[in-house]
Amino acid sequence: MRVNFTVNGRPQEADDVWEGESLLYVLRERMGLPGSKNACEQGECGSCTVRLDGVPVCSCLVAAGQVEGREVTTVEGLADYAKHRQSAHPGGGCASGACGTSLQDAQQWTAKGQDGQTGEGTELSPIQQAFIDAGAVQCGFCTPGLLVAADELLERNDQPSDADIREALSGNLCRCTGYEKILDAVRLAAARQGEAV
Amino acid sequence: MAGTTTGIPANVTQGSKTKGGVGESMLRPDGTLKVTGEFAYSSDMWHEEMLWGQALRSTVAHAEIVSIDTSEALAMSGVYAVLTADDLPAAKNYGMEYQDTPVLAYGKVRHHGEPIALVAADHPETARRAAAKIKIEYRELPVITDEASATAPDAVLVHENRGDHHAGHVPHPNIVHRQPIIRGDAAEAAKKADVIVKGEYTFGMQDQAFLGPESGLAVPAEDGGVDLYVATQWLHSDLKQIAPCLGLPEEKVRMTMAGVGGAFGGREDISMQILASVLALRTGKPVKMVYNRYESFFGHVHRHPAKLYYEHGATRDGKLTHMKCKIVLDGGAYMSSTPSVVGNASSLSVGPYVIDDVEIEAIGLYTNNPPCGAMRGFGAVQACFAYEAQMDKVAAELGMDPVEFRQKNAMEQGTIMPTGQPVDSPAPVAELLRRVKARPMPPERQWESSEGADVRALPGGLSNTTHGEGVVRGVGYAVGIKNVGFSEGFDDYSTAKIRIEVINGEAVATVHTAAAEVGQGGVTIHAQIARTELGVQQVTIAPADTQVGSAGSTSAGRQTYMTGGAIKNSCEIVREKVLEIGRRKFGSYHPAWASAELLLEGGKVVTDGGEALASLVDVLEDEAVEVEEEFRHRPTQAFDLRTGQGNGHVQYAFAAHRAVVEVDTELGLVKVIELACAQDVGKAVNPLSVIGQIQGGTTQGLGVAVMEEIIVDPKTAKVKNPSFTDYLLPTILDTPTIPVDYLELADPHAPYGVRGIGEAPTLSSTPAVLAAIRAATGLELNKTPVRPEHLTGT
Repeated sequence: MRVNFTVNGRPQEADDVWEGESLLYVLRERMGLPGSKNACEQGECGSCTVRLDGVPVCSCLVAAGQVEGREVTTVEGLADYAKHRQSAHPGGGCASGACGTSLQDAQQWTAKGQDGQTGEGTELSPIQQAFIDAGAVQCGFCTPGLLVAADELLERNDQPSDADIREALSGNLCRCTGYEKILDAVRLAAARQGEAV
Repeated sequence: MAGTTTGIPANVTQGSKTKGGVGESMLRPDGTLKVTGEFAYSSDMWHEEMLWGQALRSTVAHAEIVSIDTSEALAMSGVYAVLTADDLPAAKNYGMEYQDTPVLAYGKVRHHGEPIALVAADHPETARRAAAKIKIEYRELPVITDEASATAPDAVLVHENRGDHHAGHVPHPNIVHRQPIIRGDAAEAAKKADVIVKGEYTFGMQDQAFLGPESGLAVPAEDGGVDLYVATQWLHSDLKQIAPCLGLPEEKVRMTMAGVGGAFGGREDISMQILASVLALRTGKPVKMVYNRYESFFGHVHRHPAKLYYEHGATRDGKLTHMKCKIVLDGGAYMSSTPSVVGNASSLSVGPYVIDDVEIEAIGLYTNNPPCGAMRGFGAVQACFAYEAQMDKVAAELGMDPVEFRQKNAMEQGTIMPTGQPVDSPAPVAELLRRVKARPMPPERQWESSEGADVRALPGGLSNTTHGEGVVRGVGYAVGIKNVGFSEGFDDYSTAKIRIEVINGEAVATVHTAAAEVGQGGVTIHAQIARTELGVQQVTIAPADTQVGSAGSTSAGRQTYMTGGAIKNSCEIVREKVLEIGRRKFGSYHPAWASAELLLEGGKVVTDGGEALASLVDVLEDEAVEVEEEFRHRPTQAFDLRTGQGNGHVQYAFAAHRAVVEVDTELGLVKVIELACAQDVGKAVNPLSVIGQIQGGTTQGLGVAVMEEIIVDPKTAKVKNPSFTDYLLPTILDTPTIPVDYLELADPHAPYGVRGIGEAPTLSSTPAVLAAIRAATGLELNKTPVRPEHLTGT
């Protein structure tokens, strides 16, 4: 079947989608957006969390056909989404079509320059920057899902308590960090958000 | 001016420190890629016309394979290949220490989930459906599941014809390895004891549960070789095992590290590497293989479950007299690293205490349970769970404070290990305990307020059905000792290639190693070390691959020590070569070139007095200096097979925990309120990641204390919970605050004084939580994980 939907503000069309394919599979394997991660594909770990019409969902549990005509935001579009939060139609983040990682890019990956400053020129959302600054990223496999969930939390609650943060992120497993620095990151993003207002 | 060699550059007169060196909290160089979703993990690889690989795995634990019929699978549209062991091109077995693990089962299957056949198809679902169409006829055999069934005189042998070098020493062919340690005279010393305490402990099978599944891409090359992009902990160990199975020379198997989504020991053994390569070579097309979570539970080795039998004696004044123990580790169907786990469990079974008279025996079994191997803490975790429970029991018997009792018996620098090895660097065991104990307690019953209870903060959280009537608090302590690096005479080394050159008018260093970055932050500290040693700001970390010498494994807490040491070593040689060039070009202009101690700092050559002699840009011009060097730690010895004596370990790491828990005794639910850790890290190269490692390790220990266990049916040896629905991991709601207090007591034998960090916090966290639950409930609790039924008696 064919599925038409908007991903990170850009209209997409996926052909020959098998009825059982998940949104996660379509994003990763058909759209070249591997940012949403495939850790359990059972809705237990939250690594594949995306926003579907603004609501955080496990994309592994959403059948691709269910997103027909709807808007999806993935971690690749998070910075742009955060920037255009007030706008009805966030988008443009992937207008170049250069989202995702080709084998060639992967092979050529090198960590250049000074630590933590390799993203020179990369615009990040406040929560993305906070995850880097707080040391909340280790292996990073859970990070995309946590970022999408945390960003949504901060959108509806700009000064969350620790209990609020724990509740909002309880569907996202992380095996590396022990969560302490993830809490720090969300607190940091909230504090910076508060300062900016 | 750059490019001139005619005089001392006028703009270089004063040195300046390089920023971002050893000891500073630095952010990850891959952080931005990871938060934007652009970082390429092994499951993100993609290639034109790529196929998907899928394995078919055994549904029974122990059986003869009577027949395999692949015809229906092969006939399916979209299927490119269906392979069994008969189709393998060369060696049929692989293994890290001994090659006893079949790539695909032939003749027999020895555990539930063992791979038997392979499919390559154009869509992962086609591959899965085709695999399901393969028909296998089994003739089931009795299953070996524990020590009694394994060592019975007439026991069925898991491996009929053992050819490994442990086979000649073991009392039964179903015992992989046995390591006794005898020191002093435990029987005689026991006569001095006023109290003798015995205990039996059971440690459940834990899974590494890294989030990034086993995955990668194998691309057939024109020269008949294969290019392999995978997530692993040790490229060169993989290479040694893969090449013989593909019938290729090692140079035709080119491996590149793909992004690793956690490891914790679970990627030390081969998983899909050979399977995907065989399919790629057979089909002539790139093959991607990604285990789903169910398959992942079968696709890697787990932490050895263990039975531990301990006896301790002590005098009335609180001195330990002797210790006897037997530790039985279940290695499952294949060897993996079981012999080394046995060596660790036995040599660390006394814990960080002084006991001169000991009688120790550790064995590893072959069974039909899932294969077990490396996991964070590697044999030391199981022992720590038992000896720390024993410490509490002995202290209680003596009526002593459990922390004071431990401190009274704590080892220190100079203590002799049960193996006869002296501890020749700081061992601040008593101090670590003091630090966690001195920390202020978190307030009690934080969930209570004048308006009632905030149920989110109660044990069980939102699903709770009480308001805390039955909640009691307990506090528990534990401390542990872990060896760092590979022990028992292993020739452990790491290699680093360092290059320095001028790029765009600035001196830039490139660090090329084969070290696996598994999330622990190696890439950050590699740059920090290069910056410190070469005084350059810009450092590029080249991708890890097999084009450079082995870095050894990212495990055993060894990578900062070993690859950090290799980078330091290589940088020192690079520095000498750079200074030689400088002397050649500028030596005649300033006497300091010949007489002073020269350093590289802030992009300049400076004297130890801080006077700048030249900029690196002027020294190097268009020359590049490149050095590839190995680093070895001081040698170790094998343990004697009868007495266990030998200087077997490189270094020790120590961590202590205090756990504060609240238990709802009606519901049998535990909430860990705080899990404070104190650890000696030798030298914190990057304090930010040090704390991250300690908190992560602590949480894995918490998991095994209260929820994590792979449950294997004792009658059938089948795994009952291979999913994240049924294998429970701590969420952010289950994990308390983890305050970390670290000491930096340098190990004089290690580069910068570093001490392995990642493993030690996993040891003591589990027994501390158990001790706290015991303190809260008064129950004995000798098994991990503690489940609600253990607390309610139902």
